[in-house]
Amino acid sequence: MASQWNVYESFQALLQAGPYHLALEGVLVLCIIWLFTAKKQPSKLVRLTKKEEEELIAEWMPEPLVPNPPPEDHPALHTRTVYGKAGKYLDLGKGEKLLNLGTHNYLNFGERPEIEKAALECLHTYGVGSCGPRGFYGTTKVHLELEERLAEYFNCEMAVLYSYGFSTSASAIPAYSKSGDIIYADEMVNFILQRGLQASRSRVVYFRHNDINHLEELLEEQVKQDKKDPRKANATRKFLVVEGIYMNSGLMCPLPELVKLRQKYKLRLFIDESITFGTLGKNCRGITDHFDVPMKEVDMIMASLETSAASTGGFCVGTKFVIDHQRLSGLGYCFSASLPPMLAATSIKVVDILEKEGGDLVAELQDKCRLMHNKLKGLPSKVTVTGEDISPVKHLRLVDSSEREVEEQILRDIAEKAENYGVALTVSSYLWDKEANPPKPSIRITVNKDLTEDEVEKALDAITKAVTDILG
Amino acid sequence: MSLLCTKAQASSSFQNGSIASIPTKLTTSASGDSLPPAKKIFHKKEEDCSLFVAFFTFLSYGVLLLVGYVKEFFNPPSTKEKNREGYVPLYIGFESFYTRNVYRRIQDCWNRTICSVPGAIIDLMERTTPDYGWTMKLTGKIIKCINVGSYNYLGFAENVGPCHDAAEETTKTLGVTTCSPRLELGSMEIHQKLESLVAEFLGVDDAITFGMGFATNVLNLPSLLGPGCLVFSDEFNHASLILGLRLSGATVKVFRHNDAQDLEKKLREAIIYGHPRTRRPWKKAMIVVEGIYSMEGSICDLPNFIRIKKKYKTYLYVDEAHSIGALGPHGGGVVDYFGADPKDVDIHMGTFTKSFGAAGGYIAGSKDLINHLRVTSHAQIYAASMSPPVAEQIITSMATIMGKQGDGEGRRRIQQLSRNVKYFRQRLRQMGFIVYGHDDSPVVPMLLYLIPKIAMFVRELTNRGVAGVGVGFPATKITGGRMRFCLSAAHTKEMLDKILEEVEEVGRLCGCRYSTAVKNPEPIEW
Repeated sequence: MASQWNVYESFQALLQAGPYHLALEGVLVLCIIWLFTAKKQPSKLVRLTKKEEEELIAEWMPEPLVPNPPPEDHPALHTRTVYGKAGKYLDLGKGEKLLNLGTHNYLNFGERPEIEKAALECLHTYGVGSCGPRGFYGTTKVHLELEERLAEYFNCEMAVLYSYGFSTSASAIPAYSKSGDIIYADEMVNFILQRGLQASRSRVVYFRHNDINHLEELLEEQVKQDKKDPRKANATRKFLVVEGIYMNSGLMCPLPELVKLRQKYKLRLFIDESITFGTLGKNCRGITDHFDVPMKEVDMIMASLETSAASTGGFCVGTKFVIDHQRLSGLGYCFSASLPPMLAATSIKVVDILEKEGGDLVAELQDKCRLMHNKLKGLPSKVTVTGEDISPVKHLRLVDSSEREVEEQILRDIAEKAENYGVALTVSSYLWDKEANPPKPSIRITVNKDLTEDEVEKALDAITKAVTDILG
Repeated sequence: MSLLCTKAQASSSFQNGSIASIPTKLTTSASGDSLPPAKKIFHKKEEDCSLFVAFFTFLSYGVLLLVGYVKEFFNPPSTKEKNREGYVPLYIGFESFYTRNVYRRIQDCWNRTICSVPGAIIDLMERTTPDYGWTMKLTGKIIKCINVGSYNYLGFAENVGPCHDAAEETTKTLGVTTCSPRLELGSMEIHQKLESLVAEFLGVDDAITFGMGFATNVLNLPSLLGPGCLVFSDEFNHASLILGLRLSGATVKVFRHNDAQDLEKKLREAIIYGHPRTRRPWKKAMIVVEGIYSMEGSICDLPNFIRIKKKYKTYLYVDEAHSIGALGPHGGGVVDYFGADPKDVDIHMGTFTKSFGAAGGYIAGSKDLINHLRVTSHAQIYAASMSPPVAEQIITSMATIMGKQGDGEGRRRIQQLSRNVKYFRQRLRQMGFIVYGHDDSPVVPMLLYLIPKIAMFVRELTNRGVAGVGVGFPATKITGGRMRFCLSAAHTKEMLDKILEEVEEVGRLCGCRYSTAVKNPEPIEW
């Protein structure tokens, strides 16, 4: 009966236990009593009475929908109006037509009659709108044909067509790059690409404009980090996003060097060829054609059809493995109505023309670009021109730096003055507070293939006069 | 007060599922702050999927996935990527597995090619697959089908008639492109004409237009909202709204589909407790809804949203992509349908793709709002302006709807659509199908649940000369697979009867008359 519980023995054990032990037991007992008897703390979110709630709601004073409406005289509210077709000459309602150095029709396809004819023929069959996204009866024969032709033209397996230039690269990049991935991008990439980078939620690393060494430094840094955490590195895709010719600087990317880095650091290379499509290379194919880089070195080419192609929309080309993914994951492809067939038909015609006479067109355009470039070099020393000599996009900037608004106003004055001398110029517009690396304000000069030497001369004369008028 | 009564009756008649009379136009004074509109719940609950059907739906997905896993265990998919050895794979995860094993088997139901105008009758190009759905090939054969897949609500997808002629003329005089953004050298007279017409049509101060409907949401929401702003978004909002809100950096809260009570509850709480991290009051709050939901067919409960918006000083953004033109006695969308004051909706958004048979989108509202967008919208600054023939198509079709052509054609189309919709929806219900959405909505989703049934339905209907659209996971929830019909003013009663006959037959074949609701025994008049 030794195991039987015995009050006397227990009492003896209690007496024998040390005082520390007794004290500890005592504290524990008190703790338990406190836990059971203490009042519950009120929760942090105090339930308010109905009246208090109403008061809080009445108290809340939201901002107006538009906190700072732009003033009535804001220049963006008074844009110039174009009358009639936008070709080599523009009618801005000034009586005589102005020489057009502002719109992106480098090859002047807007004025080719066969392109208009293609548009009208298609209009007679398909009407204007497609009334549906590509998935739901919005795919017409014309769309498929254009995709096939573009793929063939670029020597690629597949092309995918978007219905808006802005949505092309802004949808294509987030289709591949997800959160956790890294994108290396040139700091001068245009705003459309910046939106694509933002939408991808990846880590974006900007390298200095066209600075290969800086890019390599950044990549080396990443290699070091990857060694520390190889498991994470094995799940992190790395992308390199550049433009063929940068919209914001007019400079060309050093593609061969970039390709070397792509191979060395296992990057996926995406190029935006919105300016270079149709303007570079012996076959007009763009930057890869210019540097003779085989297409397999590049993962994807994105381009807008709103520049040389003189239509609407955009496209991406690459291998079937890469491009096909966008048909289910490119948001701007899946969830948007397809491109109006007549606009796709004009693009087919453009591919036709580029295939037939592309080499000559490029040679002609580049001659004009060089001519314009050399002439622009001779402008008064208060302004400077940046951009590649063969680039159809050049930027005219003030040499003296001052506040952005002041510079912009001066440039706007120059553009306005130039109109009086017969030339239409445009100040490049930017969303200053949203651009990742806002460039210095500039007048963006575009070159049209059909300009004659006389016209270039006349344009320069006008710009010179306008600059001297404003800057003295 | 009598006006208010009409409205209350109208909404209550919706609840009973009977045909609603179109509410009469409310004047501004009646919808003023002093007289809050009646608090009737407009949105009714849809018929539920029975447990039995739900079980088989999950089972069907389970079998498909199981077969996929077994197949890929024995025959792993080889990477088709060349020249990229040692790279981190471009695609990972379940998504591509699902595409390979489920979507691939039925992909012939989507991305079909047509070679005609997307009107009431389309020429569908037949396709075959030589390798179980991996690739599709055109056979060259053309199938004539009645089109219930395109969003051609008012039948303006035409290659003859005034719209076509006007677009042709414009192409000749203005070309097809401007090659420049609006803020640089891309503004034409036709754009200004279009914008003032849109503003007039909607009864607001001003409007701004863009070249793509999807981009209208994506590129403008970030100009209106920013961090510190609060957004209440309907759970079934379109991808473009979701993307635009994400890019804006605002805090987004989701409320149950079309449920004003749920919205009000969440909104109260959010305003009272402020920003969850900084504990500061919100800068501003916005309710984002659609006029007609393209997958649900439901019409938004606008009167209640307006009431809530006024009570809590929030802003209201209505995306009328599907409803503009297709709803309301004057084709003015959901605002017109309820006879609400256009000024009560802060931001009107819509697209020209659907009812107007063109492309692009607009935002309309107060002068300050539009001026603000003209200065800050991404699309104004970085995207080429709208193609002139497209703008012309919109101008002509919109003028027709507004009756400016003086031939009553717009009115005729609106009435034709409205009668088509009522007839078609009631006939489907009578046949015993589960049909979602409101009685006046031209988007008619019909529930099929199982993936194989969607595929069978689409294929069978095509064989019988009807081109419809099937939708399944992931575009809907798993137990939400459906067939969707988009009605048009171009459909005649004979076409509708033909469609209904075929749908009934195919529905009987694959056994999807799931509805347990009491059926109307009376013959339905067109």
